This record gives sequence, C-alpha cells and structure tokens, in this order.
Amino acid sequence: MSILVYAEHDNNSILSATLNTVTAAQKIGGDIHVLVAGQNAQAAADAAAKIAGVSKVLLADNAAYGHQLAENVAKLIADLGKNYSHILAPATTTGKNVLPRVAALLDVSMVSEIIAVDSPDTFKRPIYAGNAIATVKSEEAIKVITVRGTGFDAAAAEGGSAAVEAVGTVEDAGVSSFVGEELAKSDRPELTSAKIVVSGGRGVGSGENYYKILEPLADKLGAALGASRAAVDAGFVPNDLQVGQTGKIVAPSLYLAVGISGAIQHLAGMKDSKVIVAINKDEEAPINAIADYWLVGDLNTVIPELVSKL
Amino acid sequence: MKALVAVKRVVDANVKVRVKADKTGVDLTNVKMSINPFCEIAVEEAVRLKEKGAVTEIVVVSVGPQAAQEQIRSALALGADRGILVQTDDEVGALEVAKILKGIVDQEKPEVILLGKQAIDDDSNQVGQMLAALMGAGQGTFASEVKVEGGKVQVTREVDGGLQTVELALPAIITTDLRLNEPRYAALPNIMKARKKPLDTKSPSDYGVATGTKLKTILVEAPADRKAGVQVKSVDELVEKLRNEAKVI
Repeated sequence: MSILVYAEHDNNSILSATLNTVTAAQKIGGDIHVLVAGQNAQAAADAAAKIAGVSKVLLADNAAYGHQLAENVAKLIADLGKNYSHILAPATTTGKNVLPRVAALLDVSMVSEIIAVDSPDTFKRPIYAGNAIATVKSEEAIKVITVRGTGFDAAAAEGGSAAVEAVGTVEDAGVSSFVGEELAKSDRPELTSAKIVVSGGRGVGSGENYYKILEPLADKLGAALGASRAAVDAGFVPNDLQVGQTGKIVAPSLYLAVGISGAIQHLAGMKDSKVIVAINKDEEAPINAIADYWLVGDLNTVIPELVSKL
Repeated sequence: MKALVAVKRVVDANVKVRVKADKTGVDLTNVKMSINPFCEIAVEEAVRLKEKGAVTEIVVVSVGPQAAQEQIRSALALGADRGILVQTDDEVGALEVAKILKGIVDQEKPEVILLGKQAIDDDSNQVGQMLAALMGAGQGTFASEVKVEGGKVQVTREVDGGLQTVELALPAIITTDLRLNEPRYAALPNIMKARKKPLDTKSPSDYGVATGTKLKTILVEAPADRKAGVQVKSVDELVEKLRNEAKVI
C-alpha cells in the first residue's frame, strides 16, 4: 500500500496542515510519498523531504502549477494517483478545492475532512456541523481523502531524509488563469489554524468596541480574532471572521468567547476547541454549559484587566 | 446566457439535530427542512446576474425526494425561471449527484453553473468541484465576488490567507461562499407566481446514473460530551487556571 500526500506549501516552505496530514497517512500505514506542485518550489520540496515518515518527494515544478489552480493540479494528481491506494490532502481551502476534482477524474467517491482513521478503509468524519460523527467505509479502490488538521498531531518537520524526484508531466487544462491575490496583511495567525482564538459577539456592543477591547487581548496572546454570527449581522466585523456552522470551523487550544451567548450555530464552529473560556455578563448564557471556565462580568472592565495581567 | 443553479433540501440551520438511538443516522422526523444556506446564496447570485442582464434564464435543479420541490419553489419565488426535480428516495452520493448534474448540463447547455460551497448536512464540499471535473470546465470555488464579461468569468475566491481572483472560460462552475451576497426574501406575490412556473420531474436513470454511493456509513454517533467546567470568580483566578491547570497560555 502506498499513499500520496498532496502538500500545502507556499513554494518556499511546507505549511503546517501538511504535517497533520502526514500523521493521518502514518495511521493508515504504508509508504508515504509527498507531492509538491508549484513554481520554483525546490525549497518546499527540500523541506518536505525532511518530514519524518516520508519516503519520497515528488516535485512538479512548472508555471502551470504556480498558483495551484485546481484544473491543472487535479489532472496531475489524478495521473500520478492511479498508482496509489490513498490520496490525501489537508482540508485547507487548497485541498478542498483540488481533491474532489481528483476524485471525479478517477471516478471514485471521496471522504472529506476525516478526524480519525479506524482502518485503511474506514474513517471518522463530522457531519451536521459537528453535531454528529459518522464512521464511513470507502469501497473505492483508491481512497481520496481530505484531513482536518485539528484531528491529528503534526508529524515532526525534521528528521526525515527522503529523496526528491522530479515529475516531468505538465498539465495545463487551459480553462483557468490566475489574476491576482490579496492576502491579509495582519500579523495575526489565520483563524482556522490559530492556536488561540479571541472571539466577540453581540455583547461587545459595537464595531469600535470590538476592536478597542478585543485587539489588545488578541495581540497579547498572539491570537486570531473571530466573531459570532450575531456580531457579523450587527455589522461589527466583516463576515470572514465568523465562526460557526456557516462560517469557519475552528479547534484551537484556547477559545475565548467574549459577549457570546452561545447559539447552536456558533457552538458548531468552536466546540472542539481544547479549552473554552466564556466571559459574559449573563450567568445563564448557554455558552457556559460547554465552557471549561466561565467568568460572569462586564467585558468592558474584565478584558482590560485580563490584558494587564497576562 | 443560461444559468443553472443546484439547490439541496437540508435540515434547517437552526435545528439541533439528534443522533438516532440505533446510531444509523440523525433523526429527521418532524424536523424543519429548508434550502441549504449556501444554495440560497447561489440562487441570489444567479438572480443578480439576471438583473444585470448577464443571464437571460435561470434553471434550478434539485436531486432528492418529492418534498424537495418545496426548495425548488422557494428558488422560483426568488427569481429562477423554471425547475427540474430529479426525484429519488435513495441515498445519492456526491459523485452521483455530480454525474446527474452533468447529464442536465449536457441537455441544458448552461454557461454559468452555480452551487453552494457545501451542504450543511453532509458537510462534504465536493459536488461543484466534481461536476467541474466531469465537464472539463474551470471552477471558481468559495466565491465572494463574480463578474461575467466578454465570454469569461472572474471569480474572487475566499482562500485561507485572504482572497484570490481567477479567470475562467465559460462554461464555468462557481460555488458560493458566505460573503458573496445577502439573499433576499421571497415576497408573497412572487411565492404565488412561483407556483405557476414550470417544474419538470425526472429520475436519476433519465441521466443514466445509478443512485447509491461507495461510501458506506457504518455508524453515526453523538460527539463526545465535554466535561463540566467551572465558574471562576475573578480575572486572577482565570489567569491562574489557564496558566497552571489548563496550561494553554
């Protein structure tokens, strides 16, 4: 059995979600090859070769893969993937964009966002926004899978010594092209991969208040900022900060919910966090039921005090 | 230009689902069902493209039970022109849905195909990408902005680090993200008018697709309960607990 892991990278380094995916591959068991597709991506391939547990790195270095457009990369993975029993990618926006396309090209069903490996063909994955956990068995010859990073520990980034092998194939479907990108300039970690998330709800009161009160706390903790749907709908923050069933699903080590009552919609996006802290003036807030620690108080005084004591 | 929009009937986003005692699935008896929120955004975008003159006809399709016609009627009330229900009571996997949609695309020849990025029941996030693969077409997934011009479509996509814009040849598949638009509500007169709009009923076999899936759900369980937490009385106590007990800061 051999497993192909599609690496998430920025041409220079391997992004951490790939390391969690390698761990999932180890749980399946077998020879693990990592595919790095990009442009001028030698450095990323060299980094992939050092990941513990990886036996070979395939490097497809070509302008056609520069921005990892799904149309081009999926064809490459499907061609290479025919020789593997499993094809894995992290359940990042890149992995989610590319892998279903690979599965359809191979005419196989796909398993999305696994959080556990029961056996080489049986996996656990959350459904209904995490309100149920399904165990699914794939009867396909090739198992195409995305891996939820928060379900697996990261493999060691150092210690491996895999060979890097160039892949000559170039696939350019010619139906799509990259126009541009606008990456967030914030020094804060990205919401879905942050270790600590500070999230505000309707109780924060206003957009001005949201930034004035929560930003210093996030800065102090090196945390990402999030919000409940109520805060987004009230116009406090843009909705890319929304955590919840229709927003982003996060599972950081620490989730601080400030002025959030804890509607089902919101809990669906954060209840797998390791430690949940709720700060709310309402003693009866539903969020307290899932919080590890909750503090009843006025966030306008509690948060600045918290910042000063960290 | 014709637009095709796929909609799914799912449990309403505000319902807290419960796992059945026999662990075969979640209990959906007497539970409120709605149009999947991301599909609603897809319908809205198609209607906006029509209002801008980029699209002339909107066909809305759903694969599912007879009752899914309610969701098609909702889409018709929002401004879609006609509906196709591919009726089946069987389980239909994402790959099979994509194959049915491919059959409809071959007949209808739409140039823009809109889907939600994922359904809030199975949370798969697969069908749009699979359909694009089967068509050999470009895909603009997780769209937050769509511009159709000069026989191409520019799609701004929500990616992990920010936004990415791609240009796709038509026909193209677009899957919608939350930021794309705010869906309108159907006005009562439009709901009445929607009842008179055409709705064809087909079956998966009309498109040569067998229902079912090669992913077998063996077990559905409730997620593990969290252990009960404690109320802290002061900020000092909170900081102390986070440092020494939880060790997360």
